[in-house]
Amino acid sequence: MILNQFLVLASLLFALGVYGLLARRNAVAVLLSVELMLAAVNINLVAFEATLRSTFATGQIFSIFVITVAAAEVGIGLGIVLMIFRNRTSGNVDELDLMKW
Amino acid sequence: MVNLLALVPTILATAEGEEGHAVELVSGGVFADWAGIMLVLPFLAFAGIIFYGTRMKHLGAELAIGAMAVNLAWASVLFVSNMVEGIFHEFSVEIADIGVVGDHNLVFELGFIVDGLSIMMYWLVAFVSLLVFIYAVGYMHGDVRVTWFFASLSLFAGSMLVLVGAPNMVQLIIGWEGVGLASYLLIGHYWEEKENSAAAIKAFLTNKVADVGLVIGVIVLGITLGGFRFSTLNQAAADHAEGLAGVAVAAGFLLFIGAMGKSAQFPFHIWLPDAMAGPTPVSALMHAATMVTAGIYLMARTFPLYQNLAMDARDWMIPIGVITLFAMGLLALVADDIKKVLAYSTVSQLGYMMTAVAAGGYTAGLFHLFTHAFFKALLFLAAGSVIHAVHSNNMSDMGGLKKDMPYTYWTFVIGSLSLAGVIPLAGFWSKDEILATLNHEGYVAFMWVAVLGAFVTAFYMTRAVGLTFHGSYKGDGRPHESPKIMYVPLVALAVPSVVAGVFNIPGVSLGPIGNFTDWVGARVVAMGDHHPEAIEWNLAAYGLIAAIAGIALGWLLYGRDAETQQARDSFELPGLYPLLRHKYYIDDLVLAGLVNPIKGPIARATDWINTYVIDTIVNAVGFLTAAVGRLVYGGLDQRGIDAGFNALAGSAGEAGRALRLLQTGKVQQYAGAFVIGAVLLVAGFVIFT
Repeated sequence: MILNQFLVLASLLFALGVYGLLARRNAVAVLLSVELMLAAVNINLVAFEATLRSTFATGQIFSIFVITVAAAEVGIGLGIVLMIFRNRTSGNVDELDLMKW
Repeated sequence: MVNLLALVPTILATAEGEEGHAVELVSGGVFADWAGIMLVLPFLAFAGIIFYGTRMKHLGAELAIGAMAVNLAWASVLFVSNMVEGIFHEFSVEIADIGVVGDHNLVFELGFIVDGLSIMMYWLVAFVSLLVFIYAVGYMHGDVRVTWFFASLSLFAGSMLVLVGAPNMVQLIIGWEGVGLASYLLIGHYWEEKENSAAAIKAFLTNKVADVGLVIGVIVLGITLGGFRFSTLNQAAADHAEGLAGVAVAAGFLLFIGAMGKSAQFPFHIWLPDAMAGPTPVSALMHAATMVTAGIYLMARTFPLYQNLAMDARDWMIPIGVITLFAMGLLALVADDIKKVLAYSTVSQLGYMMTAVAAGGYTAGLFHLFTHAFFKALLFLAAGSVIHAVHSNNMSDMGGLKKDMPYTYWTFVIGSLSLAGVIPLAGFWSKDEILATLNHEGYVAFMWVAVLGAFVTAFYMTRAVGLTFHGSYKGDGRPHESPKIMYVPLVALAVPSVVAGVFNIPGVSLGPIGNFTDWVGARVVAMGDHHPEAIEWNLAAYGLIAAIAGIALGWLLYGRDAETQQARDSFELPGLYPLLRHKYYIDDLVLAGLVNPIKGPIARATDWINTYVIDTIVNAVGFLTAAVGRLVYGGLDQRGIDAGFNALAGSAGEAGRALRLLQTGKVQQYAGAFVIGAVLLVAGFVIFT
């Protein structure tokens, strides 16, 4: 069954993203991991759409929305990271404690 | 015993006239229905003056005058209606249940009565009060506590209206005491000086002693009759009701004791001359229409009781009236204070009224009350005008004011002539009727005393006129006539002082309006007093000769040339003069025999009670309060309530300190928590579906 293979790929990609999100210290790498997770979700959406064939191609349209939002998010995220690099000379996430009480 | 209340018709009633023909009484229409407004208005004015008086241009006098002007208009309508047709209207509303006494359920009622007698009093009180109030605006200008003064005046007039409008004896007592209270406030108006407040206390206490008689009398009558209404009392008296007959003499005499206090009859007269301590408008009001007439009014209101049942009480009342009219008149001869001359004159004239009413002359007494109100108010206001100009009460500081104060002089002379009883002024006719009554009822000896009293009256009034207005001026500065606001009321009072006599010339009826006898005779129970059919010229001649002789002698001694006047005024009869000067030693007797023996021990006993009883109680209460306070503060507040709140606040703080450790600020830890949470949710979703 071809859907299962897509789902396995998506879950692997998602797990990879989760690992990167939790384990990498570099802020850019963390952002990349988030993109991986979003890509995994997109694969899922497109795979289900290809299998189930809804009237309005909902899965594909939704994935385009996700890509758009992800692009905006990365734009903001990279801007924040850039500012942190400039001010603190380090992009490591574990050294950032701005949100501590 | 029959229910006497059922005998009393409330709206329309007929009464048997003296000649046996029925006197038709009408209900009087809307003005009679709402006559109670007259009783309430002065009290509204009182409250208004208290709260807003100081913000007004004339410090509240406007309200007092306004209320009294409405009252006068209202009373005038009733007065004129009553001239044409006799009015009777009675209104009572039950206020409280006193309880069952014997066979009767006694109730406390308030209301008003509108009949010939009360209409005459409503009108007289309103008329004199209005003029006195207007006069007082000028007299009290720039004085101390003017607002309070006018408030008290309103209270005074209002209480008097409550008194004369009372349909029952309990309301009468309320008005009676209200008058006493207001007079106390007004006599003591200048309380900064000890003797003024002492005079106020003396007036109040003397009245209080006499009031005991009134209160007991009312209780006796109330229990006997089963009600306090005058209509019940008078009807029962007219019917010679058995229960009432037994107590009539005692009750009548008790009521008379109350009347003696208010109307300053011997030996309760001692307060009235001292009451001169108040401002002169108060004296005018007190001596003319309000206060002292209350006793005469009470005797007139309960007249059927004395006429039918309490004849024996009269044997005491008439001599007391005669002693008062003669002995007190003599005291006016030696007084130097012009107001005291007038005060003793009032006491003497009240003696005339009391004698007349006691002797069975209902109309005679009331007519003298009516005319006396005009000329005595006039004389007091004129005396006030003189005092205003001279700044002294003593006639030894006056003299020769005739040219400087023409209005005051001529009105004072008119008042004096009227009081002396010179034909055809008002005082002549009323005094003549009293003489005629005494003669007709068989009290010839007393009539001659009254004639002698008329001589004394004429003499001391001529003396007052001579010392005040003739001769040479002995005071400081140059006196001047009083402002218009003060002499206009004088002129307004001088008119009725001259003409009021025509309303009751014996045998003369003024066409449709009848005469004074008919006016005050408009009552449910017939008065049954004697009315002379024609002028008894021999009696009139006695009175007139006495008056003219008094005036002539007074003029001879005090009226003529200035140089000898002073020497004549210091002329003293040995023996008699010290006696009169010391007021027959009655005041000293009362002080030494009654007041001081009571005052000392009472003061000591009160002091002892204060020190040992009241102070102990107060201290104990204070100590107890402090102990309770300490207990509440230390035990309850500090250890109980405060501790609870502190524990709550502390635990909230601890929880906050512990929970904030979760906020590490590490983004990846938060993300880890998300992941774990998401996994758990998905796992739960998978498992439970």
